[in-house]
Amino acid sequence: MQVYHWTKNNRFRKQQQKEDDTIMATADIHVAEGTHHEDHHDHEQSFVTKYIFSQDHKTIAKQFLITGIFWALMGGMMSLVFRLQLGFPEASLEWLRPFFGDWITESGKLDPEFYLAMVTMHGTIMVFFVLTAGLSGTFSNFLIPLQIGARDMASGFMNMLSYWFFFLSSVVMFISLFIETGPASGGWVIYPPLSALPQAMSGSGLGMTMWLIAMVFFIVSTMLGGINYITTIINLRTRGMSFTRLPLTIWAFFLTAIIGVLSFPVLVAAVLLLIFDRSFGTSFYLSDIYIGGEALPNSGGSPILFQHLFWFLGHPEVYIVILPALGITSEIISTNSRKPIFGYRAMIGSLMGIAILSFVVWAHHMFVTGMNPFLGSVFMLLTLIIAVPSAVKVFNYLTTLWKGNIIYTPGMLFSIGLVSFFITGGVTGIFLGNAALDIQLHDTYFVVAHFHIVMGSAAFFGMVAGVYHWFPKMFGRMMDARLGYIHFWMSFVGIYSVFFPMHYIGIAGFPRRYYSFTNFDAFNSYTDLNALITIASFITMVAQFVFLFNFFYSIFRGRKAPQNPWNSNTLEWTAPIHPGHGNWPGEIPTVYRWPYDYSKPGAKEDFIPQNIPFSETPESNLPSETESIKLEGLDNGDAIIVDDAKE
Amino acid sequence: MTNLVLIVGGILVLTVIIALVRVSSLVSVARKERTKVDRGSNRINGALLLIFLIVSGLVTIWYSTATFETYNLPLASEHGAVTDRLFWITVAVTGFIFILTNILLFYFSFRYQYKAEKRAYFFPDNNKLEIIWTIVPAIVLTLLVFSGLRAWNDITAKAPNDSEVIEVMGYQFAWATRYPGKDDKLGDYNYRLIDAENLFGVDFSDRNAHDDFIPRELHLPKGKPVLFKIRARDVLHSVFAPHFRLKMDAVPGMPTQFWFVPTKTTQEMRVETGNEDFNYEIACTEICGKGHFSMRLLVIVDEPEDYEKWKAEQQPWLAKNPGYISKIPEEMRELAMINAGISLDEK
Repeated sequence: MQVYHWTKNNRFRKQQQKEDDTIMATADIHVAEGTHHEDHHDHEQSFVTKYIFSQDHKTIAKQFLITGIFWALMGGMMSLVFRLQLGFPEASLEWLRPFFGDWITESGKLDPEFYLAMVTMHGTIMVFFVLTAGLSGTFSNFLIPLQIGARDMASGFMNMLSYWFFFLSSVVMFISLFIETGPASGGWVIYPPLSALPQAMSGSGLGMTMWLIAMVFFIVSTMLGGINYITTIINLRTRGMSFTRLPLTIWAFFLTAIIGVLSFPVLVAAVLLLIFDRSFGTSFYLSDIYIGGEALPNSGGSPILFQHLFWFLGHPEVYIVILPALGITSEIISTNSRKPIFGYRAMIGSLMGIAILSFVVWAHHMFVTGMNPFLGSVFMLLTLIIAVPSAVKVFNYLTTLWKGNIIYTPGMLFSIGLVSFFITGGVTGIFLGNAALDIQLHDTYFVVAHFHIVMGSAAFFGMVAGVYHWFPKMFGRMMDARLGYIHFWMSFVGIYSVFFPMHYIGIAGFPRRYYSFTNFDAFNSYTDLNALITIASFITMVAQFVFLFNFFYSIFRGRKAPQNPWNSNTLEWTAPIHPGHGNWPGEIPTVYRWPYDYSKPGAKEDFIPQNIPFSETPESNLPSETESIKLEGLDNGDAIIVDDAKE
Repeated sequence: MTNLVLIVGGILVLTVIIALVRVSSLVSVARKERTKVDRGSNRINGALLLIFLIVSGLVTIWYSTATFETYNLPLASEHGAVTDRLFWITVAVTGFIFILTNILLFYFSFRYQYKAEKRAYFFPDNNKLEIIWTIVPAIVLTLLVFSGLRAWNDITAKAPNDSEVIEVMGYQFAWATRYPGKDDKLGDYNYRLIDAENLFGVDFSDRNAHDDFIPRELHLPKGKPVLFKIRARDVLHSVFAPHFRLKMDAVPGMPTQFWFVPTKTTQEMRVETGNEDFNYEIACTEICGKGHFSMRLLVIVDEPEDYEKWKAEQQPWLAKNPGYISKIPEEMRELAMINAGISLDEK
């Protein structure tokens, strides 16, 4: 038993071997208690345990995905409602009365408070329910066990709870849309005192309470999921799957989960204190307030405190949203360029850099809140540093495409779209991170354009790219590529037409969250551009129905998927087309190489999956890899250590 | 009835789409074209990416130049000249990166499309390249950061001692302003004293408050430093004066401030913009409720001498609201009346 490096990771592997190396050795600790052993056919399960309270990571991933799609539709529709108001302020919205009832005023206009409610719920739903739960929940759950070679998550039960807490949160949030005083309306950042005082606006009543309760459930869900992802990645990698052989998707999910676990609890604290202020008369955020004809007794609190707490989560949150998308596209771009991702280690390094820096930039949202200007200087410096790892990622993507052999699957198109968004939205971040420029641009449409492109649209494209790419693994069928192309082009052009013009509107100083601009001489222009944006947003929304149709149609009637439709290297494609509970019948494959051996010189095919030993590919091995062949048979997979030793 | 027609129509359209998709996928299976890479659609998508680059690039250049006047707000403050310059420098720097990387992205996508006989170039890493594109952005950003820091420090520095101090207060849903009056000192306030009359909660037991006046519009002197003392009465608001490149939140319980120097009078601006009706305005940029979009305050910048004249014409708030005198503590009343310029007989 010879070992070059006795790492933690290997120690775990050793233990496994002692456990007589049977099929289940790797992961039977967690393959749902009560159903396991012997083999991995789908066991007799009732409908409820199989589809509803399932502990199988693949089913849970699909649950997250479907719920995410539902919320994406809701959030998208809401944006159309307020875009109608902004694009066509004169038009009568009487026809929406059947849906919105009294929120349409007697003159056939949208109620201004309802407008704010729509804006608020759109933000909340998109950021948390779609791009956090829908994105991480779907792909972390689905891909982590399949790509690292595990039977399931570390704790299937916690994983199930994670989904059901999300569901509970969704139900509470959904119900809040229908209450008489309306849902939360103080913006998705729910700054007090507006959100703390029911007398300040009607949405700050019951709607706000439900928002807060829903968020607490949501955070519980995120924590349960995050802890599970981290544990699984650290402990359940298959033989040979060292950290330097993890696909970038897994690296991204791993770091995302760490960010989430460290930052979401702070939001719980912020939310709890707000609940106290709202319901129990404390003064954490309230001081010196005269409202509704009376002076409130609260004193000594600080609204700025809430902003610090909120953005301590809120800023990492945008990286929680974008990192998984970047991981997904790294994988898809490499696969479909038939080229290794350029600078694998630099990609990991920049992901880590972004993850760490994401914790020390939060106050760039607060330059003009009256915060000490010195803090502003510090956060400006830190914020602009984060542009460096982001730039590295972009250049690496570009170099990956260079001299590639690019195949345009819909997933690939969406990934290229993501890179374009990441650039476009990234450069405007350099304006906003600069405190001196932020004075003018803060809370204008420039900000709206910036984060919708770099975070919203980019992450959304990452999510859609992932759906197209892994749909065959999820449902054993292919999505229709042509509808995918239509979906891509309508969305890509549509999204740019919606958000690019907003930069001009923002530079002209138009504030965000305005129901109408007619009160101001300075903002009494751009009616044409606003109308154009609204039309473009409708077109973009129509494109999503093309996707929806394609998605549900293909689940049942799509072309049957081959084993490895994209000729990809990663482990999930070695599992059966319809992986059962436990993912691989028989032994989990051993990993011998990194996941990006595409178009390796000398190789027969233009891809070499991770589970192919170097002894089978003498024609393409690099000198150090030839060395490691000697070790392959020796100790069941410890050959991988040579690769580590090389570093 | 129309609903029924719509529903039936919708179902029909859906059925047609389903049928079309089904046929097209069956045809492609029959042709076996999908087993290999679909060269046709690959070429179309590659070409479309290049076309997108060119068309959107041209539209952007055209729109940015043709409508420059619309989105480039006229400027009327000293620090604004600095931040505007910084803004356009940043536009140039990031614009260069933006154009370069987008061109590379779409050009590579077009240029390196799949060819069955071709192999991609195996190029897993290159440390020299990584170092270059770590260090170059780092240097560029450092330069931007330091010019930004200098501007930020100047803007947020302590206001000059001779500043005109003006209080700006936001409440649902309007702004109100208070001037210190002849003694150049703003009187104290206490939010518990706020009522329907006393909007600011001015504390008239402070003698500095007696001559404070509360005008309808905000007047500013051209060429003199002005210090806004900003507060909010109920929820967060944010003072945004776009032409002065000025923004600062109004926070209940935590007064904030912002100082600046207006550089053009309203009249000068009317001439410059060719707009007879031009007016400076203050808007709210922090969501504050139903009327958020309607919190407008008119701002008028005068020549210094006109400003002084206007100030001299203003009556102290107390003089305008003599009824309030009864609420002032007994021993202060007489002093208050003298300070406010109310003749004692009127009592």
